[in-house]
Amino acid sequence: MPVDQSLVGRQFPPTRPYVVAEEQLRDFAAATGGEYAGRAPATFPIVLAFGAMNAFLEAERIDLFRIVHGEQKFAYERPIVPGDVLTATLTVAGVRQIAGNDIISTTSEITDDAGALVCTTSATLVHRGGE
Amino acid sequence: MSLPTQTFTITRADLVRYAAASGDPNPIHQDEEVARSVGLPGVIAHGMYTMALAARAVETWFPGAEVVSFGCKFTNPVVVPRDGGVDIEVAGEAKESDDGLTTVALTVMCGDQKVLGMPRAVVRG
Repeated sequence: MPVDQSLVGRQFPPTRPYVVAEEQLRDFAAATGGEYAGRAPATFPIVLAFGAMNAFLEAERIDLFRIVHGEQKFAYERPIVPGDVLTATLTVAGVRQIAGNDIISTTSEITDDAGALVCTTSATLVHRGGE
Repeated sequence: MSLPTQTFTITRADLVRYAAASGDPNPIHQDEEVARSVGLPGVIAHGMYTMALAARAVETWFPGAEVVSFGCKFTNPVVVPRDGGVDIEVAGEAKESDDGLTTVALTVMCGDQKVLGMPRAVVRG
């Protein structure tokens, strides 16, 4: 079933505050074969963005296993460090249909507990329909 | 300026570990049957895992530099076999600009296929 066009422009509620622990940054760095250097690896904000994407997919009853990542961008205001308390707020930027798939563009703004922007992430999600 | 090409091997065990560390439980990265059911050729690496390896290459080229932006498209899946693993090669071209920023245009290949589309990082320092 195609994804609803009326989603375009909709902003979803911020994710629950996420306290960044050094151990998580170490785990993430190790899982990608890198070494922890006192701040988050460049792709770590995906953890926050992913939380927002999952909440969005659940709210819209879209199955995660039908989703393939199409594109990902990060624009960083500052590195994420242990002790940061972060939330992600997702906005649906666009929905279009190509060859039976839905292409969903999202933007998630990651902010700290002072409300300052830490990172803007944009993700394109390809929803493989088929039925 | 051409940067030295770096090679990374991806195994299914890496994907299990990455799924846990990143909180991405999508079964297309673990389960052959589910992956095929949505038309994929087999278990594929998380695009974000490949992107994380590309970020590691940038870190190795520019140790300690602040990353200002990083983006790519996921143009071809990296199929990870059950046994052994699959290699990806990360190459880069760096261009410095007057504002102290360096733009790195990456090329990420799996075999003879480009797996990331226009991967680009901007670093400072």
